Amino acid sequence: MSDIITNILVCGTGGQGVMTAAEILAQTAITKGFDCKKSEVAGMAQRGGVVTSHVRFGKRVWSPVITPGTADILVAFEVAEGSRWADMLRPGGIAMVNTIRLVPPIVSMGLFKYPDDPVAQMRAAGVTVYDFDAGAIARQLGDLKLINTIMLGAIADYLPFPATELEEQIVGRFRQRKPAMVEVNQKAFEAGRAAARARAAEEQSAAVNS
Amino acid sequence: MSAAVQAKPQSRLLLSGNDAIARGVWEAGAKVAAAYPGTPSTEILESLSLYPDLYAEWSVNEKVALEVAIGGSMSGARSFCAMKHVGLNVASDAFMTVTVAGVIGGLVIAVADDVGLSSSQNEQDSRYWGRFGHVPVLEPADSQEAYEMAKFAFELSEAYNTPVILRLTTRVCHVKAVVQVGERQPVAIAGFKPDARRWVMTPANAKGRLPEQIAREGKLQALAEASPFNILETGSDRRVGFVTSGPSYMHLRECFPDAPVLKLGFTYPVPMALVEKLADQVDQVVVVEETEPLMEQEIRAAGIRNLHGKDLLPRLGELTPNVLIPAINGFLGDPIPPSTTYPKFDPFPRPPTMCAACPHMGVYYSLARLRKKVQISGDIGCYTLGAGHPWNALDTTISMGASMGIALGMDKARSEETKDKAVIAVIGDSTFLHMGMQGLLDIVYNRGNVTVMLLDNRTTGMTGGQNHAGTGKGLKGDDTPRVDFVRLVEALGVKPERIHKIDPYKLPLVFKTIKQEIEIPEVSVIITDQPCVLSEFYVKITPYKVVDDDCTGCGNCINVGCPAITVKRSESKVRADGKVNELKFTTIDTAMCTGCHMCVESCGPNAIVQAPRAAAVIPGEQL
Repeated sequence: MSDIITNILVCGTGGQGVMTAAEILAQTAITKGFDCKKSEVAGMAQRGGVVTSHVRFGKRVWSPVITPGTADILVAFEVAEGSRWADMLRPGGIAMVNTIRLVPPIVSMGLFKYPDDPVAQMRAAGVTVYDFDAGAIARQLGDLKLINTIMLGAIADYLPFPATELEEQIVGRFRQRKPAMVEVNQKAFEAGRAAARARAAEEQSAAVNS
Repeated sequence: MSAAVQAKPQSRLLLSGNDAIARGVWEAGAKVAAAYPGTPSTEILESLSLYPDLYAEWSVNEKVALEVAIGGSMSGARSFCAMKHVGLNVASDAFMTVTVAGVIGGLVIAVADDVGLSSSQNEQDSRYWGRFGHVPVLEPADSQEAYEMAKFAFELSEAYNTPVILRLTTRVCHVKAVVQVGERQPVAIAGFKPDARRWVMTPANAKGRLPEQIAREGKLQALAEASPFNILETGSDRRVGFVTSGPSYMHLRECFPDAPVLKLGFTYPVPMALVEKLADQVDQVVVVEETEPLMEQEIRAAGIRNLHGKDLLPRLGELTPNVLIPAINGFLGDPIPPSTTYPKFDPFPRPPTMCAACPHMGVYYSLARLRKKVQISGDIGCYTLGAGHPWNALDTTISMGASMGIALGMDKARSEETKDKAVIAVIGDSTFLHMGMQGLLDIVYNRGNVTVMLLDNRTTGMTGGQNHAGTGKGLKGDDTPRVDFVRLVEALGVKPERIHKIDPYKLPLVFKTIKQEIEIPEVSVIITDQPCVLSEFYVKITPYKVVDDDCTGCGNCINVGCPAITVKRSESKVRADGKVNELKFTTIDTAMCTGCHMCVESCGPNAIVQAPRAAAVIPGEQL
């Protein structure tokens, strides 16, 4: 095993399943024999506030927190949250972004403005962003709760273990408790992978053409 | 359920510090465990309650939790209690005397400091209590150590006849890391044996025990020097050597792999001979400890030279790599690497909000309308969010139960300007039972003119929904006697006609009741009785939607503060008198709405009507 540490930052808002997604990533890593630490500060953030979860794995992990500028992958369950944490990425890191816009009450009240296009902001700053509407895919599959699986599928080809290992970790959770959900989660995982691949190809061809 | 409960010995598990402590406590053979919920310590007891052959309870407050554990220890059972940092302030009266009396069964107090204030009213360093009470302090750096130290703490407690503090921080409690677990050690309960000189702390008896307490500290010092939790790690870069404890060690190791480090886990008494050994090897010693410079001051007093600490490092917050690298590299004159490549975007703040249909919103909606006529002392719980938008209807938050005494003090200290303002105290059910009812008794006893809003949502909400004496359920979900709040406040002396139990979803009733009671110059208690929407008692009903054609854009529904209501279109309209009205046309997320009806009551043009339920709620909770 190499000494390289993989840093994944999962972000979103309270109640979206950020911590569950991070938990699944961490479990997959320890199943593969990595040392792993997963860290978040919950508390008041659970009430619709900002939630981040840091997942670090490798041969030996010391600090449980990702240092700004060193995240390999940013998984954003909400688009403005993606922009909030984009500075955590290392140069060349990937932001995998669900384009849903969750507008908090203070924006509704007119006290703050929600940015028109957070993805464009990130891209203008040089961040590699693969953005897609995970909610639309989930709706097609018949259950909005599948967003979590879709987002994990989307990053599955960018991890230091085969995508099937991550898929098995997700599906294994359902096999025991809700076997009826196995197939739809497999579909969601593959749909997430496909969406990310399609976006990556588009970004690369855009980069070549520009 | 925590995977640790069923784990076989030698299993390798991904455990939070809290789950790891629970496993360690259980394996140590503990028989009694008690706590009051408090972030970041709450999950320790939740996890412990799942293990067999151990009594575990939610206590009404941390002082009682510690006293239950003391009673267990006196009876010869290994006993445990857990609390957040401010909880030990509450428990300190019992703590400062049990340190004199000592223990029979091992007595371990886990106290979790919220370094960085993710969910607390202050940032304090509980290691002070070790010095104050002359008791040993253990500080784990990760889950594996948390597990090992929890086990060791019981042995230490019994061997040295002392309670032991297991000092945690958020970055230990809520970090998941790999832990290898062991097996439960059977420890029988010896049973209580009366011994007045030990347990009856009258002046004469306590005086007899004080010398032993002081002598114990000296013996603990020697033990710390040889503790396997205190390790001197050599390094090739001897320009600086570090003394560190807790999770700071992990951050430090990440940043400075070649430096010698004295990693302390048994941190009080400070093993000074080990510090001297480190100092002999290096040019400069830097103490890396979160919050207060406790070890630093003691090491300086011991005469160690070339010593640094808080002159280089901040006194507040966590000492994470992004803090350590610039501070230490700057000190050594090494280059400071640029921290990030990409810019920081701060799109907008996203503070925590109340949940859709939260019954507290009905109370704050009304208080906001009475804002100019009242001053409002608040308390600690989800309802502290009433201080925020759109309500801005809470003026104080200090400590658990403080809304009562503070309201009375405000009532007794009126100026010309505030003499006609009503004083309102807002408190939740769990906080009221924790420490609020004594304050209410004081208001009654001293004839205070305070209107108390007792928001009974049948749970301890902010910490994630724990049971308490007012829910009728215990820690394990078992049925228990349920406090009757009406009878309780009546027994404290509030007149029956001044006690009202109302439905907070009925906005006109809430408003009318508050308005009526603040005009009567004596103590009143208004109890609201809708359950927390996240609790088992809450029943969702048909959601609502906004009929676009009927919405006038008045924005009243936004003032309820419900996160399911958002603005879909704004418009400026010039009125006949030339003033500009900002119209906000709203929409309700029917997937989030649970049909509480409050926004309907706020809507003049009756534009909010029942809607068919949408397919699913906010994404993600299912996995």
